[in-house]
Amino acid sequence: MSKEYVLKEVEFWDGAMASSQALRQAEVDIMAAYPITPSTPIIQNYADYLSNGYVDGEYIRTESEHAAMSACVAASAAGARVTTATSSQGFALMIEVLYQASGMRLPVVLNVANRALAAPLNVNGDHSDLYLGRDAGWINLCTFNQQEVYDMTLMSFKIGEHKNVRLPVMVHQDGFICSHTAQNVAPLQDDVARKFVGDFEAVDSLLDFARPVTYGAQTEEDWHFEHKAKQHKAIMDSINVIEDTFEEFEKLTGRKYNAVESYMMEDAEIAIVALGTTIESSIEAARQLREEGIKVGIVAPRVFRPFPYDKIADALKNVKAIGILDRSSPGGALGMLFNEVTAAIYTNDTKPVINNYIYGLGGRDTTIADLKQIAKEIQANADAGKLTTPVQQFSGLRGPKLSFFDMESSK
Amino acid sequence: MSKIIKNLKQFSTANERLEGAHLLCPGCAHSIIVRELVNCTDHNLVIANATGCMEVCTAVYPYTAWDTSWIHIGFENAATSAGAIAETYKVLERKGRLNKNAENTKVLAIGGDGATYDIGFQFLSGAVERGHDFTYVCLDNEVYANTGGQRSSSTPVGASTTTTPAGSQSIGNKTTKKDMIGIMAAHGAPYVAQVAPNKWKDMIMKFQKALEINGPTFVNAMSACTTEWRFPSHQTITVSDLATDSLAFPLYEIENGVYTINYRPKNIVPIKDYLAIQGRFKHLFKPGNEHIIEEWQKRVDKKWVQLQKMEEMTNS
Repeated sequence: MSKEYVLKEVEFWDGAMASSQALRQAEVDIMAAYPITPSTPIIQNYADYLSNGYVDGEYIRTESEHAAMSACVAASAAGARVTTATSSQGFALMIEVLYQASGMRLPVVLNVANRALAAPLNVNGDHSDLYLGRDAGWINLCTFNQQEVYDMTLMSFKIGEHKNVRLPVMVHQDGFICSHTAQNVAPLQDDVARKFVGDFEAVDSLLDFARPVTYGAQTEEDWHFEHKAKQHKAIMDSINVIEDTFEEFEKLTGRKYNAVESYMMEDAEIAIVALGTTIESSIEAARQLREEGIKVGIVAPRVFRPFPYDKIADALKNVKAIGILDRSSPGGALGMLFNEVTAAIYTNDTKPVINNYIYGLGGRDTTIADLKQIAKEIQANADAGKLTTPVQQFSGLRGPKLSFFDMESSK
Repeated sequence: MSKIIKNLKQFSTANERLEGAHLLCPGCAHSIIVRELVNCTDHNLVIANATGCMEVCTAVYPYTAWDTSWIHIGFENAATSAGAIAETYKVLERKGRLNKNAENTKVLAIGGDGATYDIGFQFLSGAVERGHDFTYVCLDNEVYANTGGQRSSSTPVGASTTTTPAGSQSIGNKTTKKDMIGIMAAHGAPYVAQVAPNKWKDMIMKFQKALEINGPTFVNAMSACTTEWRFPSHQTITVSDLATDSLAFPLYEIENGVYTINYRPKNIVPIKDYLAIQGRFKHLFKPGNEHIIEEWQKRVDKKWVQLQKMEEMTNS
């Protein structure tokens, strides 16, 4: 039995601490992890709780992230509540096993402190790793500040382990900007948090010999398709459990979460769509711009997978122009968030002018001034009723302005 | 709870945990070895199987040949999986959440030489170093048989494989076999052994020992591959006899650093007799390649002397 950790009503936590505390309260049985910046403090804090009796479990100090996720999958199949944390290259190394976790319907929880992918080597935050894992069949929950990291990590167990879901869940937070900076976080006390998360119930456990199970069988053209279709259905249906869990959490804490978050959208003429800590900066930029008469709102998918297509479409149905911000090197295309959001609003009656910003790669600071400039360009598109710039622009880049997909000049 | 198995007939009446309904080649030594492995104990078994022949031939949905808990994740991570399952067992037992029917469970990892010597080498090293309580059995057929006979780091010198084909400019594989037993012993694993299916009593004794001993134990099982070694499917045990009698695969164990040679052939067979029965070495008998066999014989002789010295030294 683990010792109780008495928490203040409001703690001053960085994002990593917010993760670790939620993992401790979820009474994880097995953590299998390999350190990588900036996710490292998450597992270090947890090791500290273990060493001091604040959690009863085992920490498997694997020799790589691939092994960490492998251990999570096997331990989960054996009936343990499991977790790990990673970033960037470590996430990339895990990729093979991410698909195994979702394919075997095992509710592993993975905290990702988002970081750029090399080369060139970079330890700072962008969303390259988040994008890399998008098709791995995991539920993806996004956070924009430390409080949300805590809340989403607690909820991730409840969502993933729900009998109608049985899927692994990632909780994303921006590397450094969220993981290593502190804000006020209002946590639940241990007993309340534990009650909310609930006991882990093993399903089809390898350690139940009354009913031996085979995990990881082979299926070829005769059955593979049916398995993958069922898996897709499971993640598509998971939105119901996610929203129910958000609602239950709201009743407990008063903190309301939605599959798609909208800020100042009631009367917005233009919108910024983004992910991560940029949301908080965008909200501040919007407040300032509204004093200048620019009615900008912000839309952000809280649930990135399953992608809330219909709710994105609904959130953006009344605006004249939208700027969609991607914090990942697009590698020869428009940004992924741009493509997905654009697809979502295609069936709307309104046809807003849409453009794409690539920004903040490798942790490049994105300031309020940068976001105000972006909003002003979006406003110019709204006023003109058409694109006044190429579709894709790089924001905050040194040197001459870089842009692609110039629709005017290609006419 | 190891069983006392006096004769092979006892296996035929054992409760099968690897059912006959699998897709391994006729004459494949894998099924002989694994069947005896899973039936030599009354312990509950959880098996983590690496990708490879054993895996693809025993769990093709909607069927399974396994009448015990079994998981296959990837090619490289069977040892990690077994280690994690052993840790889960420990935690659940401590927290009072272990199923009553799961008491006396042993965790087993199975992988071919591809999974063990190569792609899963780091994972095995990590899992053994961490000291999880599990047994790893390598089905060593010295080739990537499942993908069609490519060389591995267990492939012996001179073997013609699909990635080291013998030809006018090549003698086949150019490197000598990796000493996995030595590497595992160097990890400080409490028990490391080599077995072969023709010496089944020795094999059972070692499997039982490996399962009983606490901590990470490793058994390298010589597994003759009728398809890639190219010998008739009824000669699996004949080839295995030649392998152990020529000392190509000496049978020995290392328990807490102490060496024991378990089989001393009365008549040591020349290595060329072991090679001559296998198609993969056919080209070595062509004029000009004599030195390969001669050097091989010297290596085997030297290794045998070394083993005996190690036995003497560690027992004194």
